[in-house]
Order: sequence, then structure tokens, then C-alpha cells
Amino acid sequence: MWISPWTLVFSAWLVAATATLGALFLGEVMGMLPCVLCWYQRIFMFPLVFVLAGGLFPFEAKVVRYALPLAVAGLFVASFHLLLVAGVIPEGMTPCTQGVPCSKVQVQWFGFLTIPLLSMLAFLAVNGLLICAHVKSSK
Amino acid sequence: MKQKSIVVAAAVFLVLVFGLGAVYYQNQKAEKAAQTAKENAVALLRAHSPSFGNISAPVHIVEFLDPACGTCRDFYPRVKQLMAAHPGKIRVSVRYAPFHTGSDQVVRVMEAARNQGLFKETLEALFASQELWVRNHTAHLDLIWPSLSGIGLDMERLKADMVRPEVAQLIQQDLVDANTLDVTMTPEFFVNGKPLPSFGFEELKKLVEDALAEANRK
Repeated sequence: MWISPWTLVFSAWLVAATATLGALFLGEVMGMLPCVLCWYQRIFMFPLVFVLAGGLFPFEAKVVRYALPLAVAGLFVASFHLLLVAGVIPEGMTPCTQGVPCSKVQVQWFGFLTIPLLSMLAFLAVNGLLICAHVKSSK
Repeated sequence: MKQKSIVVAAAVFLVLVFGLGAVYYQNQKAEKAAQTAKENAVALLRAHSPSFGNISAPVHIVEFLDPACGTCRDFYPRVKQLMAAHPGKIRVSVRYAPFHTGSDQVVRVMEAARNQGLFKETLEALFASQELWVRNHTAHLDLIWPSLSGIGLDMERLKADMVRPEVAQLIQQDLVDANTLDVTMTPEFFVNGKPLPSFGFEELKKLVEDALAEANRK
């Protein structure tokens, strides 16, 4: 099945937009305070919505090169956060000394779905889709 | 062109889901808060709490307050105006929710000042000088004294009263009640037992006016 690079970038945008609005919902509507690591993930996720949208009209395959650094950095932070929650990295090493501790699990849906896990899945999806788009368009 | 409409449709859909979700969530939350307040009416009012205004007023506002909270400070004169606009009709009871670090010490000062009949004066002096003694969301007890010098407090007695176990107990009870009532932010208002549907002075005013209208009908 042929999926155009445009569709792949659009899908990545869709994931980023959903994640952005989701984060805003948790923070602004449900009133959950983001911890320090959550802020870093937001910093990498929010601009993706605008960068990717900019690359869709007219379609510019190079947008992957500008968006991917954000997506990769975000994936690193999200992975770090997840390892922290899982207890692999001890709490003492975290930059969170004030406010909400990053290792605290604020919500857990269906028994396993936590906010940092959702974040990591979103960053994984964006990375995957962007890499596919890059491979397809450079063929 | 087709691509453009897909993106626009997706964006509109996402924003719509967000908006409807927000409205739904707020409604659920307001309903739950009203329910919690109803079920825990005992926790809302304690005989130990300081209060302003006519004791048998038809409208009773319960305010959970933190002396170190900036919004509490901003609400104070407006609530006072609201009371003045309806003389004898509104009573305000103060419950403590010292959520800021160090703020419980300042509450002890307020309680000790209440023993000397200078609660209102102390609260007003504390609010007026809040910027001086709240630094970085932390209340500094040692910085409040200069602003309390002009109101005629017996400082020796005050410092002795501050450490009385009843005061600690009162603060503890208020914090337990705040937790029971799901009060997580200050100020939080309850008007005749009803929480604000959403936060804001206009919402408080409306709830008070509704309660006044209801009292007049009786």
C-alpha cells in the first residue's frame, strides 16, 4: 500500500496536535500541575504542531529535518521520565526538587497508562512517522 | 485542496473535542464539589472559626483562606464591599488553609491576635504587607513583625498564645476539613453550603445574590 509522505507528515501532525491538546487538558482543565520533566516534554511537543503544519502547505519534505530534532529530544526526555517513574533511575538524580515530583504517578488509566507513557508513545509515533516520511520522499 | 480541507477538518475536530471535553469535565467537577459539600456539611462549619458580620445573617460565606495567598488578599476588599452593600445580610467565616510553606506560623499569629480582639486589624495588616513577608511562595514569620507594630498588639502575650496547643489543633482541624471538602486551592468559598461552580469574584457575587434572593422569598 502506498502512503504518501504528505500523509505521513500529516499523521505526525495529528499525533502532535492530539498530544498538545491532551497536555493542555490535563494542565488547564483538570488542573494537574506539570512536573519539571513534563515541562521539557511540552517544550518539544508544542512547537511540532506548528512546524509540521508549516511543512504541509505547500508540502515540503525537508520539514522532517526541522521537526525531527525536536521529536528525538522529546523522546529522550520522555524515556528518562518513564525510567524515573519505573524506579530504574533513583529519584535523587532528578532535577525536580520543587513543586510536583516527577516520580509521582498522578493518573493511571486501565491500570498501566500513565501520562509519561502516553508522552513517550506520542513521541515514538511522531519519530516513526517522520522517519518513514523521510525515507519515502528521498527514494 | 482536498489535503487542506482534511487538515482543517482535523484541527476543528480536535479543538471541538477539547472544548466539549472541558465543558463536560467542568460540569462533572462542579456537580461533584456540590455533592461533596452537601455530604460533609459538618466539616464546613466549626464553632472555633473566626467570623465577620451579623451572626444570624441569611447568607453565610465560608472562606478557606491562606494569609500568604495573593488572590486571598485581592478578594478581601471585594468581599468586604459585598458585605457593605448588603448590611446585616452577610456573614463571613474564615477557615484556614495555610498551603504555603511557613504560612501555618502566620495563622498562629492571627489566632493569637484574635485572643486580643485584634483579628481583623491583624489580617488587614498582614494582607497589606504581604509582599514584604511572602518571598518565593514561602511565608517568613520573622518578616511580619514590623507591619504588626502599629495595631496595638501585646507582643509578649501574642508570642505566648501562638504556641498554645489549641491553636495547633484548630489549624489541624481546618486542614483536615479542607481535605474532606476537596479544597486544594485558596481562596475557596462556600455560600450557604454551596461551593462556587467555577472560580471568580463574579461567580461568588452571583451565588451570594442568589442566596439573598432566596432568603427574601422566605
